[in-house]
This record gives sequence, C-alpha cells and structure tokens, in this order.
Amino acid sequence: MEPSPHTATSNPPVAATAANLSERDLVRRSASSVPPPARQLEPVAKLIDVSKCIGCKACQSACIEWNDTNPAIETNVGVYENPHDLTPDMFTLMRFTEWDNPQTGNLEWLIRKDGCMHCEDPGCLKACPAPGAIVQYSNGIVDFVHENCIGCGYCIKGCPFNIPRISKVDHTAYKCTLCSDRVSVGQGPACAKACPTHAISFGTKEDMKTLANSRIEDLKSRGYENAGLYDPPGVGGTHVMYVLHHNDQPEIYSNLPRDPRISPVVNAWKGMAKYLGFAAMGLAAAAGVLHSAFVSPNRVSSEDEEKAEDLVKEKT
Amino acid sequence: MADRDIAKEDAIHPGRPVVVSRYNLGARINHWITAASLILLALSGLAFFHPSLFFLTGLFGGGQDARAIHPWIGVVLFFSFAGLFIRFWRANLPEKSDKAWLAHANDMITGNEEKMPEVGRYNPIQKFNFWVMAILIIALILTGFAIWDQYFFDWTTIPQKRIAVLIHSLAAVALICIWIVHVYAAIWARGTLSAMTRGSVTGGWAWKHHRRWLKELAERHRVKKPAAPAE
Repeated sequence: MEPSPHTATSNPPVAATAANLSERDLVRRSASSVPPPARQLEPVAKLIDVSKCIGCKACQSACIEWNDTNPAIETNVGVYENPHDLTPDMFTLMRFTEWDNPQTGNLEWLIRKDGCMHCEDPGCLKACPAPGAIVQYSNGIVDFVHENCIGCGYCIKGCPFNIPRISKVDHTAYKCTLCSDRVSVGQGPACAKACPTHAISFGTKEDMKTLANSRIEDLKSRGYENAGLYDPPGVGGTHVMYVLHHNDQPEIYSNLPRDPRISPVVNAWKGMAKYLGFAAMGLAAAAGVLHSAFVSPNRVSSEDEEKAEDLVKEKT
Repeated sequence: MADRDIAKEDAIHPGRPVVVSRYNLGARINHWITAASLILLALSGLAFFHPSLFFLTGLFGGGQDARAIHPWIGVVLFFSFAGLFIRFWRANLPEKSDKAWLAHANDMITGNEEKMPEVGRYNPIQKFNFWVMAILIIALILTGFAIWDQYFFDWTTIPQKRIAVLIHSLAAVALICIWIVHVYAAIWARGTLSAMTRGSVTGGWAWKHHRRWLKELAERHRVKKPAAPAE
C-alpha cells in the first residue's frame, strides 16, 4: 500500500513533491467507469474531536485562505454561525448548539465543524449525471471536478449530509476537497494545520481511529460515558470522522444524522427508475416495430372516399 | 353532447375527394411548437437520465447549457400544451359510446376498423393519450419547479427534491412512451399527418376513422361551397 501522510502536525516535506493523486488513483468516477487503480493508496481521514474544539473558526479562515474563496459578509442575526450556512465559498462551518444536558443540568456548548464527510459510498457521486464531475480516489477523498460539472444540483439530492452548494457565479458545485491538492503532496488539510487545539487531526484512517480511541477513553474517564467515534456505517464509513462526547445522540450536534445513508428515493431514481425507464421506452418502440411488421398500414379506400362524397352530396 | 365534437374550424369542402378542414393554422402552429419542445426536452432530459445518453447534451452546446435550457423549454411546453388543451379538451371528454368502442379496440389494432362503432372527433385511445399527456405534463412542470435549483432552490426541501426528481424521471419516461404511441398511430393510419400539416383530411379518412364527426359536420351544414372550377 502506498503510504499516506500520518499527521497534519508533522512538518510537511519541504522538497518539491510530485502529486500522488492522479487519474490512475480513481476508484469511482461519476456517470462513467474507471479501470481498477494500479495501486491502492492508504486510506486517509480527518478526525474532528468535538470535545477539544473552542469554536475559534481558525479552520474556516484557513479554508478560505487556502481555497482562495470570498464568503459574502453577512448580517449578524445573533448567532455564532458565520456565514449562516455552508456556501459555495465556505466549505466548512462551525455550527454551535446550546444544549441543556438533562442528566447533569449543565448547559453544554456543542460546536461541530460541518463540511463534506468524504463518504466511502458517496451519494453525491451516485446521483451525478455528468461523467467525471465527481471522483473518488483510492485514499478515500471525494472530489468535485469543476470543468465537468454541469450545475444540475443532483449531488445535493444525493448527499445524506446536505453539503454541496451550487455557485451562482460559475454554476458548478462546491464543497470541501479534504485539501486534495495539499494531501497529494504530503501536506495536511489547511483546517487541520490551523487548529490551535489539535481538535482537527489528519492522517491515515487507521491512525485516526487509534487516536480517536485514546480520546474516547479519556472522555469516558471524565464522565462522558457515551463518548464515541462517529464513522457512520450506513455510508460505508467516512473519511471525516468525529469524536463526540455524546455519540449516543449525534443529532444534538446541529442535526448530525444518526444513521446517514443514501436515501432509498435516490437509490430508486438511480437504479430501478433507469431500468424501468429503458424497458418501458424499449417496449413501446418494439411494440410499434412489431405492429408495423404484422399489421399492414391502415389505408383509406376509394370506397371510403365515395361514401364521404355521397354523404356530402346528400346534405347539400 | 354532439356539438362539443365540432371545433370552430371544422368544415367540409365538397369535391372529389371531399376535403375536411380539421386543424386551422393556429392549432397546427400550436401543435408543432409543442412537438418540437417535447422532442428537445426528451433529448436533453434523457442526457441527464442515463450516463450512456449524456452525449446528447452536445446538441445543446454541452452539459451546462443543456442543464440551463431544459427547464425553459419545459415552460414553453407547458404553455404550448395548455393552448392545445384549451382547444381540444371538450372534444376529448369521455362519453358513453367510448365503452363500446374500447370493447372492440382489438379490431382497431388488428386492422379491422370497419367492425367498430362510429367515432366522433377523437377515438377513445386518442382521448386517453390526450388526458394522460395533460396529467404527465402537469406532473412534470410541478416536479420540474421543485428541481429547478437555479431559481427555485428554496421552494422545496431536499427530501422533497429527491421525490420530485424521481417522479419527474418516471413521468418523463411515461410521456415518451405515450409520444411513441401517438407518433406511431399518426403514421400507421395513413392520411392522418395531413391534418397537422395542411390542416385537412380527405372525406374518406373522416368516413373511415371519425364517421360520426363527419356526419355531424354534414348534418350541421358546415359545408362550404366548392370553389368555382377553374376555366
């Protein structure tokens, strides 16, 4: 297995490095097929430890800076989220929840860094009709390829996490790339580099699970008995994972879905509807061909014309 | 009941053969705008329906342009079909005699039309096509707005959009099937196409396929004097 960077906090390589994510490393390509990749990159993951987050938004700033986006300046409506939602120019967003813990009576300030989860089974890619507009690399990164995107918004319907946003400027879909351009040259994602409390870590998925386990153990020793890792199996696991102190109720973290999966409606649309559709249209066309083969054209005879002439004469 | 079978433009022109006006210029233009937009919608829509047909977006200048123009053509289709609906809905209302006709539908399909009861302006299969098309087009425009994210993203929730896109694709498939039947029937029954090109059919065609309509026209003296023969 090709090695992947092990941690975002380690010093990145300073020598020029060839990018290790190429067309050959694709395991999935929307609306098209890819040959099996020549090599398997080590799966990577970003681990977001919600219990360590202080809500400083350094990750958002780093994301804006690295991706060179310009989120619009909005109006303060009395909440901490800024901007108010993910946008085509804001790929990650701190979501804040004030939660009254009924067991302890404590008010807990839950902060979750929202953004693309990089699903192992990506609903966006499944829904995408444009060949090559969404790709998945063998290290698990799901990326949007803007020159192939047609701006239809099907990825929005496919995504179980409500992540992609369509730009009103270039009419293509945007989301977190897991800094694929940085990761491919051995650097960690910009958000992970910027996080002052190491709430965001990046490395191989195995390493991140190990790190998560040590954190969960620590949290349990501090009384968070339901602490756990959010790596939802319904989408095959994700390459962005959370350590949650209340993993038994993920929805309290700004509606993080409890059991995310590609909607059965999307599966029906992308599966059954296609086969049924082609079968129905094919049958209708075949019925026409068969009918014309066995039944001669329905022609008007000269007697019909005479009958009509007689009828008209009679009436005039 | 009978007079709803006769449109304003319908008239008999005596001669050899008798010529019967069936669709005036407005109805024909209306019909062909609907037809053209339906075909363009099918081509662009099928491109999004299955990856193997994505190349069809090339006809519209690429994926982005196909995505942008498809809903606008849909709006054209909706209003254009609404025009046809206003013109033809009365003549397409179901009536008692349709049942007897349908009991003999087999004779129609096997080419033994002479055994069938007399038909007004439209036969029951034509009526069925008309109403199904109307229902499907309404379903398509409503679900289409739900997934026209460029302008109406905020009108619906994402779960609603998922259902809308599924219904939209199934309704489109059904409409294409109905369209195939419509086009095939118009070609198979020879002499039909002229109704939508020149606007008229021969008396024999009307006698064979829509005899009650022809008889009613004659009965109501919707007969125009033949033009003076050229000297």
